Amino acid sequence: MLARIKEFLGMEAKPKEEASQQEVEKVAEEEKAKPRIGYIHLSGCTGDAMSLTENYDILAPLLTEMVDIVYGQTLADVWWDDENPMPEMDLALVEGSVCLQDEHSMKELLEVREKAGLVVAFGSCAATGCFTRYSRGGQQANPRHESFVPVADVVKVDLAMPGCPPSPEIIAKTVVAVINGDMDYLQPMMDLVGYTEACGCDLQLKVVNQALCIGCGTCAMSCPTRAVGMTDGRPELNEDRCVKCGICYTQCPRSWWPAERINMDLGL
Amino acid sequence: MVLGTYKQITLGRSTDKQIQKISQDGGIATGLLCFALDEKIIDGAVVAGPSDEMWKPKATVALTSDEILAAAGTKYTLSPNNWALKEAVRQYGLEKAGIVTIPCQTMGLRKMQSYPFGVRFMADKIALDVGIFCTENFSFESLRTFITAKAGVDFDLVEKMDIGNGKFWVHTQDDVINFPIKETHGYEQSGCKVCLDLVSELSDISTGSIGAPDDWSAVMTRTETGDTIFKQAVDAGAIELKPMDEGKFGLEMLTKLAKSKKEKAMKEIDRRKELGLPVPYKASSEKEDPLANV
Ligand SMILES: Cc1cc2nc3c(=O)[nH]c(=O)nc-3n(C[C@H](O)[C@H](O)[C@H](O)COP(=O)(O)OP(=O)(O)OC[C@H]3O[C@@H](n4cnc5c(N)ncnc54)[C@H](O)[C@@H]3O)c2cc1C
Ligand code: SF4
Ligand code: SF4
Ligand code: SF4
Repeated sequence: MLARIKEFLGMEAKPKEEASQQEVEKVAEEEKAKPRIGYIHLSGCTGDAMSLTENYDILAPLLTEMVDIVYGQTLADVWWDDENPMPEMDLALVEGSVCLQDEHSMKELLEVREKAGLVVAFGSCAATGCFTRYSRGGQQANPRHESFVPVADVVKVDLAMPGCPPSPEIIAKTVVAVINGDMDYLQPMMDLVGYTEACGCDLQLKVVNQALCIGCGTCAMSCPTRAVGMTDGRPELNEDRCVKCGICYTQCPRSWWPAERINMDLGL
Repeated sequence: MVLGTYKQITLGRSTDKQIQKISQDGGIATGLLCFALDEKIIDGAVVAGPSDEMWKPKATVALTSDEILAAAGTKYTLSPNNWALKEAVRQYGLEKAGIVTIPCQTMGLRKMQSYPFGVRFMADKIALDVGIFCTENFSFESLRTFITAKAGVDFDLVEKMDIGNGKFWVHTQDDVINFPIKETHGYEQSGCKVCLDLVSELSDISTGSIGAPDDWSAVMTRTETGDTIFKQAVDAGAIELKPMDEGKFGLEMLTKLAKSKKEKAMKEIDRRKELGLPVPYKASSEKEDPLANV
């Protein structure tokens, strides 16, 4: 399975015989300890879950053979209420920001923190608040709901995976890293936990203003809403289009620089 | 290793007479992309093409050899090629995109491929990245200012610009003017001051003029992909080779300049760290090889 995921990701394929041998050992190992995963859906649009399921090639074996989905409304039909306590989880993916006025969401999030070994802010709504930052209440179904914040504002988060939505590829790469215990790959996601106040204007404040911009255009390439253009070699933000997902700054080569990983991925 | 990891280092040039005529150096960038397009290794390429304004490049998706040729020649100002990759993949539907990038653009691409947080189905669409050498880059207004003020040449009359032998060269139809490269200092964009990469260490194939005689290019193949495509192009006769001089005007010079760029950048990185200013790279004291691009 692992070989299949790696192949899917274009990682180096192992010699065939060795691969199958290792695969067997790996699966045997996994039988003992399949990670227990939960999916918690707060104020998000289900885009993150959709993106996860877009890993068609690996999804079925991933969900059935490699991990146990023990909690979640979309991926496993398990709800938490007074009669059914929330199960223990090794890892909980939290999609969506949390609404401070929504008692149920708050209660679920706090419980998840209790029950899960690792809490992942999965997608930009959970990580940075993303477009829910614009909420001002006064809408149906509950006009009182107006304060949506990144989950790290309320509980301790271990990993953040911004993206509106996160790409299917980063999800698959992260799954592989978690299964392999590849902490180096996960390090940037630990660092991104602190990046909760994101905005397209970060390009100006944290890159251009800091004499670091080199006009490469990676920010404009990455923005999912095309809020960033390039004018005279510098990013120009159309604020009306910005959903505050933080992806432009996250992808900028001048925000953080994973040199070792890149060399490894390129075989250099 | 101040030149990054490479498989082969050589001099090379395109064998195509037309490319030789219009290209900046040996026409490796244009020649390789055209070859890759003909061989269907790529189905289009992102290049710094012409815009409405002389010498102001526009990051462009080229679908034909003619469009690749139209982008030949170095424009010493910003062309956000990574931005146009989105157009190439989303609008033009390229499955195997070629792209020309200066080192810092290569870095943005490679980071996206290793950590494609918010970028869907783009990482696997880059079939060939030709990296070109770069010492520094200039905003369009900076370029215009020193061409018109220092060289005293009307921008519209300039046919070619080049950096070499410590000088900035401006070619017009009937004149070649030069001034010491030192005089451009103060005009370069400040982001370049912390740049540790002269030779596009992370590209598939990198090429530039340093270490090569006129009309030839220095070439380094780096990744498997790059090495394979380059060999194919040579075997097919699209590119001819000659060995690189090991000495003062060849490898030695390239190594020296790559090293001095890194040393200068490290000074600035360390200075910024001391001041508490952000910078994505490690301080000299934090890394094993103080000149590595980390
Ligand atoms: C800003 C800048 C600084 C450079 N500094 C050096 C240097 O110090 N030493 C050195 O040896 N070489 C340097 N080069 C590279 C060199 O000038 C040539 O571009 C390189 O040798 C390729 O030559 P060629 O004949 O193979 O390319 P050609 O066949 O002429 O093609 C050139 C290619 O470069 C691309 N290009 C042109 N301008 C830009 C731009 N601004 N940004 C991104 N892509 C562009 C075009 O798309 C085209 O495909 C620099 C290039 C740039 C853009
Ligand atoms: S500019 Fe685009 S990428 Fe950046 S935060 Fe806004 S929406 Fe996200
Ligand atoms: S991605 Fe490139 S162009 Fe955008 S802010 Fe960062 S350095 Fe500047
Ligand atoms: S010197 Fe470095 S940062 Fe500046 S333009 Fe060249 S590659 Fe980019």
